[in-house]
Amino acid sequence: MPLVLTEEQSMLRDSARGLISDKAPVSHLRGLRDSKDATGFSRDLWKAFAEMGFSGLLVPENFGGSGLGCVEAGVVMEEIGRTLMPSPFLSTAVLAVSALSRGGSEAQKSAHLPGIADGSLLAALAIDEGAKHRPLQTKLQAVRSGNGFKLNGAKALVVDGHTADLLIVAGRTGGAAGERSGLTLFLVDLKANGVAIERTVMVDAHNAARIEFANVEVDADHVLGEVDQGAALLDGVLNIGRGAVASEMVGLSEEVFSRTVSYLKERKQFGKLIGEFQALQHRAAQLYIDIEITRAAVLKALQTLDGDFDRASAAVAVAKARAGTTATLAVQEGVQMHGGMGMTDQFDIGFFMKRARVCQELFGDSNYHADQLARMKSY
Amino acid sequence: MSDLETFRRETRAWLEANCPPEMRRPMTSENDTYWGGRNAKFSSEPQRVWFERMRDKGWTVPDWPKEYGGGGLDRAEHKVLREEMAAMGARSPLSSFGIWMLGPALLKYGNEAQKKEHLPKIAAGLIRWCQGYSEPNAGSDLASLQTRAESDGDDYIITGQKIWTSYANYADWIFCLVRTDPTAKKHDGISFILFDMASKGVSTKPILLISGYSPFCETFFDNVRVPKSHVVGTVNRGWDVAKYLLQHERAMISGMGERGVGRPLGQVAADSVGTDEQGRLEDAMLRSQISTFEIDEAALGAAAERAVDLAKAGQSHPAFSSAMKYYGTELNKRRHEILMSAGGIDALEWESERSRGGARPRAWLRTKANSIEGGTSEVMLGIVAKRILDLPGA
Repeated sequence: MPLVLTEEQSMLRDSARGLISDKAPVSHLRGLRDSKDATGFSRDLWKAFAEMGFSGLLVPENFGGSGLGCVEAGVVMEEIGRTLMPSPFLSTAVLAVSALSRGGSEAQKSAHLPGIADGSLLAALAIDEGAKHRPLQTKLQAVRSGNGFKLNGAKALVVDGHTADLLIVAGRTGGAAGERSGLTLFLVDLKANGVAIERTVMVDAHNAARIEFANVEVDADHVLGEVDQGAALLDGVLNIGRGAVASEMVGLSEEVFSRTVSYLKERKQFGKLIGEFQALQHRAAQLYIDIEITRAAVLKALQTLDGDFDRASAAVAVAKARAGTTATLAVQEGVQMHGGMGMTDQFDIGFFMKRARVCQELFGDSNYHADQLARMKSY
Repeated sequence: MSDLETFRRETRAWLEANCPPEMRRPMTSENDTYWGGRNAKFSSEPQRVWFERMRDKGWTVPDWPKEYGGGGLDRAEHKVLREEMAAMGARSPLSSFGIWMLGPALLKYGNEAQKKEHLPKIAAGLIRWCQGYSEPNAGSDLASLQTRAESDGDDYIITGQKIWTSYANYADWIFCLVRTDPTAKKHDGISFILFDMASKGVSTKPILLISGYSPFCETFFDNVRVPKSHVVGTVNRGWDVAKYLLQHERAMISGMGERGVGRPLGQVAADSVGTDEQGRLEDAMLRSQISTFEIDEAALGAAAERAVDLAKAGQSHPAFSSAMKYYGTELNKRRHEILMSAGGIDALEWESERSRGGARPRAWLRTKANSIEGGTSEVMLGIVAKRILDLPGA
């Protein structure tokens, strides 16, 4: 598979870019933040997304979607990264769809996938409990009770948790924190008794929630995949999420970089354009190279997810680690090269810096993935 | 089954049957390879066998046209061959500046007579080439070269000096930049010319490096007579040829790290620093350096693959090889710093059987030239800044 977008993928990119840059430039996020919008994203825009087929992009065709792959999801995520458009694309169209279509029964798929594809159903994935991403450290208790299970525990950083209709929750039906066995995924209705949701206002003005589960009862047919065997399903879903977030970071990095290079070409100091100074030229060139290499690594990971899913972990770790490091560098250089203006809220650069920080933490930061890679290679 | 799948199956079978086991192990140094040429000697029987079989198939230059001694493979087939060779660790049968650098330039700028004369000999490893670009006071400012070619009837008389001429003392012919119009602006009076190193007036002197090796030479031209028909491309427009060739040189240098791949760094480090009960390296900082390096190395591998695919799709920027050259050479230096660090005092041994003649420290020192040769890292960043990012000139 050549490491370039196909014609169809380029067309998808163009149509996503058209819609997103037109309807959701950075000012869209700024407006939602400033008005303390209760939803945190535009439902109208999500409808438009659904009409263009984006919400059902990964949904198999027989459930109302277009049955496309991770490369296509990455293409859309990259455009989202360029304008920081807040939307349930990651939580619902990528994570929930992947969990349902990879682990769901036919009944579960028919119940939820068509709604996601037509934009009427929102979903969220609830994994992390501590400050850092450690899926195997899941402690949320899922104790057998009658025909099903009773959930007790809490989740943090549930992306779009407060607007979701459906939660996919990782719980422990066996084993101890840190072990692979004993993890189980559950489909939980947000309106179920005992579910308490607190929207957390995040640094990047995107949606996340803390969710507590107090004796929440779920039926046995709400188990996603096999009881106690959720780790493998979760790995796969998280890898898709990591690839998607890495794509968002590529879009974000490239946008910050392009704004920064434009600034170097217009801002004068000491009687010269600052872009004439070799110190800045070399740093800009290094960042460009860094972004291009990361872009290739991310595309490689997405293609591997589509072509050789079970062996994609290493490529995904490389992509997520690189994308995190590159985005961090891109926003830091962006703010620094914009000088004092870069520190003002009036300039958009700060929005990118904040979002990059959140993307870095989502599903494991660069250190986490470097450690994972070392484990895969046994050293 | 598609044609390409059939080709892959047949290629794999042929390689399995024809690549000797000894040629499926990583090279230990730059010298552990066949360079061809009039005075070439094989270092082993498997090396000879492997070279001759590949040559006979045209696979020393798989993507060159058959009429010039190539394999005539299309892009997809060439990629399959590379993948299959990589999968079994098969070495390149022939190392050659003729293949990596001159060949592509001749294919683009050479006239038919020149192509017919030189390309088949490059493909068959009959002539070993060296590159006459750098001059003592030019350095990165390559176009300020002074070696002059004065017209004398049908010939040029060439006088001057080159430096950093890789393996000039072993080379049969040279591709060389000379000044054919001293009055023109510096980029406009240069021609690209080919001549035999056995010509009267050519002499070479090896330069000993910090690695203890002398892969480079000073090269002197004292009234060397060369027919004008040996100019490639247009007289005084040699800079175009030179730049095109440099892209290939940079692509080659950026890939040098991959060619030297031996045992995984994690294993090398585990041998000397040891592991804890969970199998993790005792030196946590070194472990982190290695994994971060391997992330960057894998990403560069993807970028190299993408660069080829972009070029095929007609979407690549001509200056992108400078970006790859910069990153590849800096990364290769990092690899060797880690190898030295992982080896500890064992990596410091300079002369002994156990250290294979100090292979590791010599290789480490050799890599320091990567970010200087073929244009320094600073020159590469300047090219990216000006030609790709379009930043204003200072």
